Amino acid sequence: MPINDWFKQREGRRYTVSTGSGTESLPDGVWRTCPECKRTLYQGEVERSLSVCPHCDHHFELIARDRIDALVDPGSFAEIDAGLVSSDPLRFSAGKPYASSLERACQTTGMDDAALTGTATIDGHPVVVGALDFRFIGASMGSVVGERIARAFERARTEQRGVVMIVASGGARMQEGMLSLMQMAQTAAAAERLSRAGLPYVSMLVNPTYGGVTASFAVLADVIFAEPGAMIGFAGPRLVEQTIRRSLPKGFQTAASLQSHGMIDEVVPRGESRSRVATVLGYLMPADRAVPAGADDTPALLPEGGEA
Amino acid sequence: MARFVMEFERPLADLEEKLAALANLDIASTPQLAAEIAELEREVERLRATLYSTLSPWEKVQVSRHPDRPKTVDYVAYLFDDVVELRGDRRFADDQAMYTALATLGGRRVVVIGHNKGHTTKENVARNFGSPHPEGFRKAERAMRLADRFGLPIVTFLDTAGASPGLEDEERGQAWAIADCLATLSAVRVPVVVVGIGEGGSGGALAIGFGDRLIMLEHAYYSVISPEMCALILHKDAARAPESAAALALTAEDLLRMGIADEVVPEPLGGAHREPETVAGEVGVRIATALDALSEEDSDGLLERRYERLRAIGEYNETD
Ligand SMILES: [Zn+2]
Repeated sequence: MPINDWFKQREGRRYTVSTGSGTESLPDGVWRTCPECKRTLYQGEVERSLSVCPHCDHHFELIARDRIDALVDPGSFAEIDAGLVSSDPLRFSAGKPYASSLERACQTTGMDDAALTGTATIDGHPVVVGALDFRFIGASMGSVVGERIARAFERARTEQRGVVMIVASGGARMQEGMLSLMQMAQTAAAAERLSRAGLPYVSMLVNPTYGGVTASFAVLADVIFAEPGAMIGFAGPRLVEQTIRRSLPKGFQTAASLQSHGMIDEVVPRGESRSRVATVLGYLMPADRAVPAGADDTPALLPEGGEA
Repeated sequence: MARFVMEFERPLADLEEKLAALANLDIASTPQLAAEIAELEREVERLRATLYSTLSPWEKVQVSRHPDRPKTVDYVAYLFDDVVELRGDRRFADDQAMYTALATLGGRRVVVIGHNKGHTTKENVARNFGSPHPEGFRKAERAMRLADRFGLPIVTFLDTAGASPGLEDEERGQAWAIADCLATLSAVRVPVVVVGIGEGGSGGALAIGFGDRLIMLEHAYYSVISPEMCALILHKDAARAPESAAALALTAEDLLRMGIADEVVPEPLGGAHREPETVAGEVGVRIATALDALSEEDSDGLLERRYERLRAIGEYNETD
């Protein structure tokens, strides 16, 4: 199971938390080690490069709010559908009680669940943007995440906006049982409605994206991007390895391998994601909602009064 | 061949063995033997009734996996006429783990889609134990699109432990294939009736597992994760699956309570495999009733209600 694999792999790892997000900011001046090239980095230096290692291009994890801020026009984000909290519908207490996991996740993240959604613009294009935060119970999808994602697609449809989702997830949230599994169908149905309304949807898959979230709204986008080094799949690597009873090929389930298998459109470095997403929106947004290409600084190709 | 015995039925199996041994003796030479056999038979029935009146969620999971339990193709054989099997996804292969067909249920022309478990090991190996590869889900999606184009209602049978988790399944886009099924199924303009006949394992079940009606057999289950995998995650011990099965709320009754399932078809004592034809007959009646009710609705209304049905599933508190 993906969640299991990922929780295991994550033991002992730290999250990157940038200043300015209003949550648990690390003091500027902390030194940290890049897990990829093992070099010691100055925290301030990491943040200035969008949390990408300047030496080896390793993409550190980001909290949801920072991911959104890195993608949308400055100051354009307005959160929607705040105030939804899980009701622990199954009173799930096997292993670690769900209620206490929720409480802890709320405390450490300052969020009420793993999904953050809102309206924003990207290079002027009106969008509904969403991001999942892996710190919140592995960014697993339960009732609240499913509801927020579905509402995000619905709002985009009503307000004629595009949708951009930055996705990381361990999969469905098993502590909500079937209610959680059904969120896959719910979010897929909402994405399908947006698609039929002729509005674009771009997803950015980041490390790690697995299970029921991959197999629903995450991959139903019109254009799918992924961050360098992101691990993406349905079954977690350990389960696959146990199934085939031999070791996995190098690069299995990495963003680069998915691109070569035709599953995603492009591996996009974090520093370029805003401009790549904006370019795609420029192509796919309906004519009456699109920002004309080069509206700001390029002279129009047609003479004044010509048909555009 | 040795009979398949479920763990919790062991005491029952022991009694039945004793009974079989007695039956082989010469009754004529020992007059009290007949009485003893009759008493033992009554005891077997009493024990079965006791066991099945209090099946735990984990015991139900075992019943749902019983090799003799009627499978998709058994329901097709019992209930449908003029069957034309649809084979292959037209892209890669014909996945035997997924069954799709044009079929007629008491005069109602439909498209049948079902996970295709077998009864024997040989059948199951050929069908990957009912766990579809991406091409299986693409085959199902092809059948959904066909149904949509020609206005044929869809009847699905759920019976899978889950989608196949192999290396090539991942490389060929297992998640993409499932997600496409979800999107397509949410938008087909024909009635969709889903029947949980055995295992309903996670995303592999859901890919063909939601629609306008969900009918569950009494001992079928439907779950976000298998009890064993859940136990591994929670306790690092698959042997604690019984606890996980209870915690996951995966029984037909649980689903009915949560508003996910619409109705539960009772099974005979001992499970559907003890009277497969009776169970199939009842399932057929339930499907036909649902199809007839749904055919009254126009397709716009049908789509809207299917969407609302999905959107209503989920439990959370909202504050502002
Ligand atoms: Zn580095």
